[in-house]
Amino acid sequence: MNGRDSLVRLCLLYPDLLGTYGDGGNARVLAQRLAWRDLGVDLVSVDAGGTVPDSCDLYLLGGGEDGPQTQAARELQASGALHRAVASGAVVFAVCAGMQILGERFPDMNGVDRTGLGLLDCTTVRVDRPRAVGELLTTDASLTDTDGTIRPLGALTGFENHAGRTIVGDTARTLGQVEIGEGNGDGSEGVVNGSVIGTYLHGPVLARNPALADELLRRIIGEDALTPLEDADVAALRADRLHAARHHELAPRRSWRDRLRGS
Amino acid sequence: MSPSSPSSAGAPGLRARVAIAAGRTVGGASKILRLGSGSVIGGRASLFVHPDLLRDLTRSRDVVIVSATNGKTTTTRLIAAAIAGDRPVVSNSLGANMAAGIVAALSRADAGATAVLEVDERWVPGILRSTSADTVVLLNLSRDQLDRSQEVRRLAETWRRCLSETPPRTVIANADDPLVAWAAQVAPSVIWVATGQSWHADAAGCPECAGRISFSAETWRCTDCDLRRPDAVVSVDDTTITIGEDRRPVAMGLPGHVNRVNAAFALAAAESLGVSGTTAVAGIESVTEVAGRYRTASLGGRRVRLLLAKNPAGWHEALELIAAPPAPVIIAINARIADGHDPSWLWDVEFERLGNRFVVATGERRHDLAVRLRYAAVEHMVADTIDEAIRVAAGRHDYRSGDTIDIAANYTAFQEYYERIGGRS
Repeated sequence: MNGRDSLVRLCLLYPDLLGTYGDGGNARVLAQRLAWRDLGVDLVSVDAGGTVPDSCDLYLLGGGEDGPQTQAARELQASGALHRAVASGAVVFAVCAGMQILGERFPDMNGVDRTGLGLLDCTTVRVDRPRAVGELLTTDASLTDTDGTIRPLGALTGFENHAGRTIVGDTARTLGQVEIGEGNGDGSEGVVNGSVIGTYLHGPVLARNPALADELLRRIIGEDALTPLEDADVAALRADRLHAARHHELAPRRSWRDRLRGS
Repeated sequence: MSPSSPSSAGAPGLRARVAIAAGRTVGGASKILRLGSGSVIGGRASLFVHPDLLRDLTRSRDVVIVSATNGKTTTTRLIAAAIAGDRPVVSNSLGANMAAGIVAALSRADAGATAVLEVDERWVPGILRSTSADTVVLLNLSRDQLDRSQEVRRLAETWRRCLSETPPRTVIANADDPLVAWAAQVAPSVIWVATGQSWHADAAGCPECAGRISFSAETWRCTDCDLRRPDAVVSVDDTTITIGEDRRPVAMGLPGHVNRVNAAFALAAAESLGVSGTTAVAGIESVTEVAGRYRTASLGGRRVRLLLAKNPAGWHEALELIAAPPAPVIIAINARIADGHDPSWLWDVEFERLGNRFVVATGERRHDLAVRLRYAAVEHMVADTIDEAIRVAAGRHDYRSGDTIDIAANYTAFQEYYERIGGRS
């Protein structure tokens, strides 16, 4: 799509099933960054049981608990709309549980292996270790465009909260390498196949990483429409979170008084 | 009853007395060392000596349990006030709402005093089993502290199971919260309260089947199964609480619709315990603050009012309570253990509703809040400390000299400011 007179159509998939970690904020961020650039936005939100449109420019999936995750996978499988949209060039951006169901296989709430949507070349398995919960920071990350151009994103910052380990297949790329935290589990973070992009980063991730938000939008509106925005608040937040991650403030602050009081 | 604690009604057995003494000693030492009020650590010491102490301490008294995601401290306070004019009451009024804090509160009380207990959502089954409470008050369930809590639906399941295994005489429950209604409907006798709750984000899926809950103006029902809103006998409007045919004017000392709803639960609980409506209402009206919530005090040379909100549903209510525009407001966000480690829930709060006023963002996660406000198109500034935040707010052109500045804060930020104005934490 190009041209300023047309609407950018965003679709937030299943906020009721995959809305546990504030990832609906990614839709707010994209819509607002378009609005600030005087571009029209049509934001559709599809709850469980609803009809998924196949004509949107960008689809968003968030994180959620194991049960609802399996339901979301089942509904998307049955609908086929997301596959059709990807085949016609739509961008898909999925976080955590949303990323896991786009892969080949993922574990459900009982640990049973489920078939994913196969839009990402990855497999998520359950591993016997404590849940990864805390700040997640990558070294300089990048996204490779469908024409092979590498688009730098800088360090990606976010909060991770997941149990699975994601094994990245041969045809997929990652977003970057983990500096602090767990990510996919093998030192990498994120899974990318063409215009389908997955990450473990919450925060919401697009609020904390405007370069990633704008790279997603660039694929839809083109480079020229991507006028610079005032991101001073975000710069301060990034500095704060990078400092916290690098000083290993991964666990919440807890004084010795807190420990004695058991709070 | 354990063999080592033979006790007649009202008199704790030897083991219980030793356990209480141990708790007092440890709690007292903790207080002297200025570690805190000493109640939780003292309660832990008591439970270490006598794990079944809670059963002993509640054997000969009426027990009311109050639980919810939001409003449990306030409602516990309102119930205690509603029945205090009728009989002795003991309550864990410091908000220490797990077994240790409850044991500490009861250890200090008269043997026959009615216990009004605020109970953490996850502790409801355990506390209900130990105390065989006669009355259980269930206000609401919504997402809270994402990185440590169980899924809310799983909480509703544990409530439902314990209410059918240890049925209390009376359950007083929110008819407008599908998760609470589903949990409470198994109890033999339920007094349903119409709360007009408008937060539905955590109850979209039916807890009974795989269907969806459809909400309309006055009611809700599952699209696939028989689960539907029960008929309520208790309701509130701006001036009155109605229970069945009985309409009672109530002049609240606490602000907002949410507190009138809490008062309705309190009145229903008091009347079900045999307290007269007149006595109960007088008690409810006397409450003007709850552990610092809604307290007006001087801080940084200005009058401020403290409001507490901990999660999206709580902020939903708090944004209605804060002073009308154009008054500037201060919002403070921390993300310590008691707050939940991940403040991404800020994006589930409709801060867009503050669009016509100026907000000062403070607290340890002020930058997360500032970014949220930026995307909500709310004019704002960041202040590193609460004193600076008050200076900034009071320096605004739309601040009218002498006005009270509202400070809405989440849990640990609230506690910090509460201590600053002389409250205990």
